[in-house]
Amino acid sequence: MQQSKQPWTEIIQSKSSLFSVNLAEVWRYRDLLFLLVKRDFITFYKQTILGPIWFFIQPLLTMLVYIILFGQIAKIDINNVPQIAFFLSGITIWNYFSESLTKISTVFKDNASVFGKVYFPRLIMPLSIVFSGLMKFLVQFTLFIIVVLYYTYVEESIHPTIWVLATPFLILLMALFALGIGMIFSSLTTKYKDLTFLLTFGIQLFMYATPVVYPISAMPERLKWIIKLNPLSGIFECFRYGYLGSGTFETSDILTSTALISVLFIIGVIIFNKVEKDFMDTV
Amino acid sequence: MKNIAILAENISKQYRLGEVGTGTLSHDLNRMISKLRGKGDPYLKIGDTNDRTTSGNSQYVWSLKDINFEIEQGDAVGIIGRNGAGKSTLLKLLSKVTKPTTGSFKVNGRIASLLEVGTGFNPEMTGRENIYLNGAILGMRKAEIDRKFDEIVAFSGVERYIDTPVKRYSSGMYVRLAFAVAAHLESEILIVDEVLAVGDAEFQKKCLGKMGDVSKEEGRTVLFVSHNMSAVQNLCNKGIVLSNGTTEFVGNVEESIQHYLKRNTDSINLLETKERKGSGVVKFAEINVFGATRETKPQSGQPFTMEFVLANNQQVNFADIEFDVRIDDQIGQRILWMSTTLMKETPNRVGNVVTFSMDRLVLNEGIYFITVYMTVNKDLSDWVQNAITFEVSEGDFYNTGKRVPALHSKVLVDYQVQYS
Repeated sequence: MQQSKQPWTEIIQSKSSLFSVNLAEVWRYRDLLFLLVKRDFITFYKQTILGPIWFFIQPLLTMLVYIILFGQIAKIDINNVPQIAFFLSGITIWNYFSESLTKISTVFKDNASVFGKVYFPRLIMPLSIVFSGLMKFLVQFTLFIIVVLYYTYVEESIHPTIWVLATPFLILLMALFALGIGMIFSSLTTKYKDLTFLLTFGIQLFMYATPVVYPISAMPERLKWIIKLNPLSGIFECFRYGYLGSGTFETSDILTSTALISVLFIIGVIIFNKVEKDFMDTV
Repeated sequence: MKNIAILAENISKQYRLGEVGTGTLSHDLNRMISKLRGKGDPYLKIGDTNDRTTSGNSQYVWSLKDINFEIEQGDAVGIIGRNGAGKSTLLKLLSKVTKPTTGSFKVNGRIASLLEVGTGFNPEMTGRENIYLNGAILGMRKAEIDRKFDEIVAFSGVERYIDTPVKRYSSGMYVRLAFAVAAHLESEILIVDEVLAVGDAEFQKKCLGKMGDVSKEEGRTVLFVSHNMSAVQNLCNKGIVLSNGTTEFVGNVEESIQHYLKRNTDSINLLETKERKGSGVVKFAEINVFGATRETKPQSGQPFTMEFVLANNQQVNFADIEFDVRIDDQIGQRILWMSTTLMKETPNRVGNVVTFSMDRLVLNEGIYFITVYMTVNKDLSDWVQNAITFEVSEGDFYNTGKRVPALHSKVLVDYQVQYS
């Protein structure tokens, strides 16, 4: 056949290797990623005047509830750190993680109308979610920084450490973790839509398995290993150690987290890549 | 040596019926338990059987089966076939929205596909922002859009409103902007679904013209799906006729259209069509269009009948059903609208055949499309656009042996001329 000698630029077929994740293609579509994030940014600003203010109200109210519940009633030992700073630190980074995860887990369902009409590397969508999530995170993080500055320089009750510099890396780790788990779930929710409810509920429970409202040091010795299995524990402890100068943080924790999260992320990408090719038939 | 742009080899696409679609884990578990206990599947949809395979208990449908073709570079290929023939599936596979079950496409060049215009348009954003976002979704780089921005805006004709959120646009402006972005994609292969069914006539002409330029002057390969035979004839030089998931005819465009029309003028089974909207309480099952007798084709000035067979499993009374029939011409212009709501009364009984007929067909020779729309108790029950195509052949409407050129009028009416 003379045609077979022709160099094809692309071959569309049913079978492809499990690991054929086309990262070069994702890179080629980086402008789309940027424009999707920009879209989220624009639509966010075009909301009601109260829109951005909710970003402050929500963590503040949650913090208030936690202070009453866990600080006053349960009296969890938070190592003499001011309660406002302690709870706000947990809430700020937990919000980023949980919201990214929730959105990613329904990415196929939410974007079915676009995915059904145009091809682009589907990985762009979950990526745009974690980037857009940073916007809200930055607003809430600013609030947290104000609180930290107040307690450092006015009250002089907390002492930030050099680990503050690890923040970008911690955020990256959380984003990768949310991507990994989120993509695994998103692949499952294309077939089983009721898993979304399980996930919402699961995230709530997972919060209690993460040192959000308590420090690891407050855990009984025999239960600590469970908490240490959670890759988020190292991140939260490191974050607190950096900004509040308290907690039982060890460098090895963050290394374990990094390793675990990397593995989960790769599994997520592979599963997502497999499902993206024919999910349109099941949605 | 010929340059092949797309080579399709043994393309098949299989869809599962019944087995998918429960969509929840509890339902799937329930189904497994029922199966283990030897009972029937509790979620298999009634009426979901498929005529095409007819192999008894098969739960699989071949939406496409063993499709082979090659398309040369610079060809403009019209893909024609009735509803459910597999046209959309073929385009979806080529657009990589879903993958084939077997076979492969070998492609030479970048594919841009337009299954829809305005995918990803966000109503809150301005025209300018949407051009960028939509362009990027379609695969353009930002620099590429920058370069073509003025051209896109000029083509769309919405310069004045380019910084207004598109939610304030009229639907026509919206479509024009969306098409303008798509029309400026730089790709060697362009795949276009029936996106031209929207917009006003002037803009449609502009779009068709642009597409013509794309294939004829720029030498790009175009795949075009349409029910609009005149558009296909104008734009394309090759044709592929699909029928029940197989290629029935591949050849030049005139032959393809002839082939399609020959097969497609009499009647159609609509139950398997997916391209419909509505609750489905009562559905159109079959449409038969014929002339003086069931065996004759419609002819101008001769008796004409459209028979609609309904799938009325719930025994809905005729009195609760309202239904409209619209006849469009080849380029989508609305020619006739008929409706049961215009009649004095509707019989108060249950049945499943509704017939519209006229003693003398008022349509001039040409090809027409029927769109059907039905409500049950004022709720949309079934709506199939361009459900069937039929051809009206030349007839002696005025009994004078003379005829009105089809270009002058689509409709023929009785009238008198008086001299005084």
